[in-house]
Amino acid sequence: MTTTKTVQVTANPRTPVSAPASASGEAFRAVRRRERRALAVLVVVALAVLVGFCTIGLVGNWEYALGIRLRKVATMIVVGYAVACSSVIFQTVTGNRILTPGIMGFDAMFVLIQTLIVFFFSGLTLTTTDPRLLFACQVVVMVVFASALYRWLFGRRGRDLYVLVLAGVIFGTLFSSLSSLASRLINPNDFVVLQDTLFASFNQVHPGLLLLSTVLVLVMTAWAARLFARLDVVALGRDHAVGLGVDHSAVVNQALVMIAVLVSVSTALVGPITFLGLLVANLARQLTGAFRHRVLVPAAGLISVIVLVGGQLILERVFSLNTALSVIVNFLGGVYFIALLVRESRR
Amino acid sequence: MIQLNHVTKRYGDAVVVDDVCLTIPKGGVTSVIGANGAGKSTLLSIISRLLPADSGSVTVDGMDVATTPSERLARRLAVLRQENHMSVRLTVRELVAFGRFPHSGGRLTSHDLALVDEAIGYFELTDLAHRHLDQLSGGQRQRAHVAMVLCQDTDYVLLDEPLNNLDMRHSVQMMRRLRRMSDELAKTVVLVVHDINFASCHSDTVIAMKNGKVIAQGDTATMMSPDVLREVYDLDIDVHEVGGQRIGVYFS
Repeated sequence: MTTTKTVQVTANPRTPVSAPASASGEAFRAVRRRERRALAVLVVVALAVLVGFCTIGLVGNWEYALGIRLRKVATMIVVGYAVACSSVIFQTVTGNRILTPGIMGFDAMFVLIQTLIVFFFSGLTLTTTDPRLLFACQVVVMVVFASALYRWLFGRRGRDLYVLVLAGVIFGTLFSSLSSLASRLINPNDFVVLQDTLFASFNQVHPGLLLLSTVLVLVMTAWAARLFARLDVVALGRDHAVGLGVDHSAVVNQALVMIAVLVSVSTALVGPITFLGLLVANLARQLTGAFRHRVLVPAAGLISVIVLVGGQLILERVFSLNTALSVIVNFLGGVYFIALLVRESRR
Repeated sequence: MIQLNHVTKRYGDAVVVDDVCLTIPKGGVTSVIGANGAGKSTLLSIISRLLPADSGSVTVDGMDVATTPSERLARRLAVLRQENHMSVRLTVRELVAFGRFPHSGGRLTSHDLALVDEAIGYFELTDLAHRHLDQLSGGQRQRAHVAMVLCQDTDYVLLDEPLNNLDMRHSVQMMRRLRRMSDELAKTVVLVVHDINFASCHSDTVIAMKNGKVIAQGDTATMMSPDVLREVYDLDIDVHEVGGQRIGVYFS
């Protein structure tokens, strides 16, 4: 025990603290300054990476090349931010730092929904359907099923973390297997349509879809920002949140819809990147030392953009490789995930 | 005044709280005693709307806890449960500041900050205020949580085993502080406590529970009698007057 042994309990508790500025006020201001500094550094690095990605090695018809690169960058920003925001909020409502929507199989679920919609509506001429309409349907179905899955997994209190991780892995695999089964049963013409949506990457994204996604992400961000203060309290756990007067289930329900939409956006644009969310959510916590969402979410979003754009830059310009970035992100994220699990089990 | 009207709670087939009718007076310190599994914690959780009752109703100063907006209740009633594991990494000061959330919604005014300082000082946490909760001992963490509840500045303060993890010195100090919170700040303190002697020395009213029912309630002197305690704990407890306090002896 390292308790302070100097007893001075006799001060009248109602005496206002007479120091000119309160110690807490000073301490909190110092924390805010540190958080702002961390965010500023992240903004600078993110901008540098973005500029680097757009300009390095730009030769030939630069107008054309820049256009392609800008579209890629826009996709990466939207996807990176969607993954980061959904992961941070997911960790808050589940009260852990190891699970993310990606790990719990939410993005595999979205792929399954995409496949099943093509499978069941194969009679219709999907090629002529507006991809945005298709996407809207998928998002709606996703919100319904993701909430149901969440409730089923997290409904009972005090679930063991390892059971949840196991369930997530199993669900992820189950959803992917079902997707590939369904895609084998689809008639070849529809399969081509499906393939186009499933094997999307940063290089080829439907511009209409990108615009719709951007709008969706902006709406979700505005919605999330209204919840930030309450999410800070929800992160303390259900009992504390209720005790402090926060309508816990209302916040969690809203958060779930947001998460489902954001996962849909990122998966529809570039497919599953399972471990990106885990990586950026935890890096954001470590780099900023913050717990408040108004800091964590932007920080995680910026780190996500740095990882995606910076990673792609290094991949394309330094190593002149054409591997998918998600392979590398998942490799690093996976190693980090195992490290977190090992550390957690030692506690 | 807290009133319970035929409150029942079941977990599956097990009835944990069995048709309890109870009035907890406003002001003073009320201790809830009883053996393990008597339903004390569940009762406290129901009063503080952390758990819904299966039937019956609870009112706090006339407000039904099931229907009153949670936010409004949080300005009148604060609660601290036993397990307080959290996945967020907070400093003591940040935790205590959360107590102001029902009043300020996350934007701390200078008044809020003064109350945070005050609560930290009240629980001798000033030197630890910058430390993270995971760097503290169990007892220090416990004090930080109670400081948060104090910072919430409510008329009613409900605590589930606040002496958990505390050594003798800090147990006594905790009870003295709760006593003072009641005497000087006019708060109604309701706590679940295992040590009958702490209940005896520091509370005005004692409520005894057994098998989900309230089997006795009364002022401390009446409740601290061998007959009542035998009924509550199924144990012969000698009660002696020591230094003006009634002390139960049950160790041998």
